[in-house]
Amino acid sequence: MERSQFETSLSVPQAPSERAAHVILFICGFVSVLTTIGIVLILAWESFQFFQVVPLRDFLFDTQWTPLFSEKHFGIAALLSGTLLTTVIAILVALPLGLSAAVFLSEFAHEKVRRVLKPALEVLAGIPTVVYGYFALTFVTPILQKIVPNLSGFNALSPGIVMGVMIVPIIASLSEDAIYSVPRSIREGGWALGSARLATIIRVVIPSAYSGIAASVILGFSRAIGETMIVTIAAGLQPRLTFDPRVPIETMTAYIVQVSMGDTPSGTLEYKTIFAVGMALFLLTLVLNLISFALRRRVMKGSG
Amino acid sequence: MTPLLEDDINLIEDPDLVARSLDERIETAFKAICFLALLLPLMLLAVLFGDVMLDAIPRLSLDFIRNFPSRLPIRAGILPALVGSAWLMVLTAAIAIPLGVGAALYLEEYARPGTLTSIIEINIGNLAGVPSIIYGLLGLELFVRVMQMGRSLLAGAATLALLVLPVVIMSSREALRTVPNPLREAAWGLGADRWQTLRRVILPMSVPGILTGIILSLARAIGETAPLIALGAITYIDYLPDSVRSKFTALPIQIFNWVSRPDPEFHLNAAAGIVVLLALMLSMNGIAIWLRIRLQKRANW
Repeated sequence: MERSQFETSLSVPQAPSERAAHVILFICGFVSVLTTIGIVLILAWESFQFFQVVPLRDFLFDTQWTPLFSEKHFGIAALLSGTLLTTVIAILVALPLGLSAAVFLSEFAHEKVRRVLKPALEVLAGIPTVVYGYFALTFVTPILQKIVPNLSGFNALSPGIVMGVMIVPIIASLSEDAIYSVPRSIREGGWALGSARLATIIRVVIPSAYSGIAASVILGFSRAIGETMIVTIAAGLQPRLTFDPRVPIETMTAYIVQVSMGDTPSGTLEYKTIFAVGMALFLLTLVLNLISFALRRRVMKGSG
Repeated sequence: MTPLLEDDINLIEDPDLVARSLDERIETAFKAICFLALLLPLMLLAVLFGDVMLDAIPRLSLDFIRNFPSRLPIRAGILPALVGSAWLMVLTAAIAIPLGVGAALYLEEYARPGTLTSIIEINIGNLAGVPSIIYGLLGLELFVRVMQMGRSLLAGAATLALLVLPVVIMSSREALRTVPNPLREAAWGLGADRWQTLRRVILPMSVPGILTGIILSLARAIGETAPLIALGAITYIDYLPDSVRSKFTALPIQIFNWVSRPDPEFHLNAAAGIVVLLALMLSMNGIAIWLRIRLQKRANW
C-alpha cells in the first residue's frame, strides 16, 4: 500500500530544479568514467605512436633500456626486473608482518587494544612516500650497508624493505577482514575435534580465509608496483636486468619520474616512452586489482 | 591430604595435560610473536619520526619558512613551496568537493540500480587503485597539453582533484548512508521532492561526515609528489605564484629536490621540509578527527 503511493508520487511531473539537479549530479558521477576513458585513450594513443617506431618485439625481448643514451635500446625487461625485485622484497617484508598483525588483531586483541592499534597501523599508509624515500636513503641504507657486504649506496633492498613497511596496513587490514569473516562454527568445529586454539588458527582459520589473504597480498603487490617516490629516491635510476638486490636498479615508475624531471619536449620519442611504460604499468596494476577485487567478492559472498 | 597429593601428581603426569600446557606455552609464544609483528612497523614509524626530527633541528627556524630556495643549504627555505602547496590545496578542494560530493549524492540518492550505475561504481573502485604517477601522465597530456593550461597551478590542482576524487566519493557516500531512511521518508511525506529533501535534510545532517572525508583526502593530496613531477612542476622557483596560471613548486617536490642532491647538507633541509609537511598533514588529520567526534556526539541525539 505504502509502496504504491510512493510510486505514484514519483510519476508526478518533476519541478525543473529537480530535473536540473538530477542531470548535474549525474554528470558529476560520470566524470570518474571520463577519467578512466581519458587515461586509457591517452596511454593507448601515445603508446601506439611509440610502437610505430619501436617494434613490440624489441620492447618485450631486448634486455637493455637506454632511451636516454645515443645508442638506444627499449627493452622493458630491464625496468620490469627492477620493479619486480623491489616489489618482491616489499611483499616478503609485508606479508609476515601484516598477516601476523591481522591474526593478533582479530584473534587475540581486546576490543580496546584493537581500537588503538588499528588506526595507528593505518598511519603508516598515510605517510607521504617522499618521506619514506628520505628514510630509506638516509637511514635504512647506511644501516644495511653495515650488515650486507657490497651493498651499494643505491640499491633495491632498502627501498624494498621500506615499501614493505608502508604496505603492512593494506595486508593487515584486508587479511583481518578475511579472518574475521571466517564463521564461528568453523572454529568451533576445530575446537570440538580437540584442536588447540593455535592449531585451529593455523590449520583451520587461516586456510578458510585464504581468498581474502590472497586478495590482500595481490593488492599489496599492485601498490608496490605503482609506488614511485621511494624507489626513485633510494634505488638509483639505473635500469638493469638483474635480480641482485645490492646494486642500483630502476623501476618503471622511477623511469617516468626521471624523464619528467628533464624538460622533455612533447612529440619526441623520449616523451612517448613514458606513456609506453605507463601503459605497461597501468595494465599490470589493473589486472592485479581486478584479481584482488574478484577474490574479495568471493570472501564477501562466502561470509554472507 | 595424601590422596589429594597423589591425585595432583597423577594429574601432572597425565600426558594429555602435559601436552596441553605445552600447547598453551606455544600459544603464548605465538601470540607474543604476532604482537611483535604488529609493534615492529609502529616502532619503525617512531624511529622515522625521531630520525627526521633530529636531522631537521639545525634547519628549523622562521627563516626556513620565510626564505626562497638557495644554492646555500643554510639559507635555503621553503616559502614558494609552502605557498604553492596552499594554492594547490585550495584549488584541489574547489574542484574535487563539488564533483565528489555531487557524484556521491547521485549514486546514493538518485541512481537506480542498472548497468550504468554499476559501471560507475566499479569504475570508481578501479580508479582508486590506479598508481598516482599514471594520473600525472593523464594531467600532462590532458591539462598541460590538450587544454593548454601549461605547467600551472590549475593543471596541478586538476590532476590532484582527479586523483582524490574516488576517495572523496567513497567517503561522502558513507556519510550520506548514515542519515536514517525515515528522515528521507518523512521529508517526502511532507511533499518535498528529492532535491528539496537533499538540500534541507540530508546534506545538513551529513556535512560533518563529508567534511571529514574531504579533509583526510586533501591531507593525502598535500603529500603527493609523483603526479606533480610527471606534470612537470618545477623544483626551483624564485617568485611566489600569483594566479592559477602561475608555474609552481610544492612542498613534497621541494623535499624531493633536496633529498636527491648529493650534498648531505641539503638532506637536513629535506628533513626540515618533511617536518613542516608532516605537521601540516597531522593538523589536517587532527581537524578531521575532531569533526568525527563531534559528529558521533550529534548522532546520539
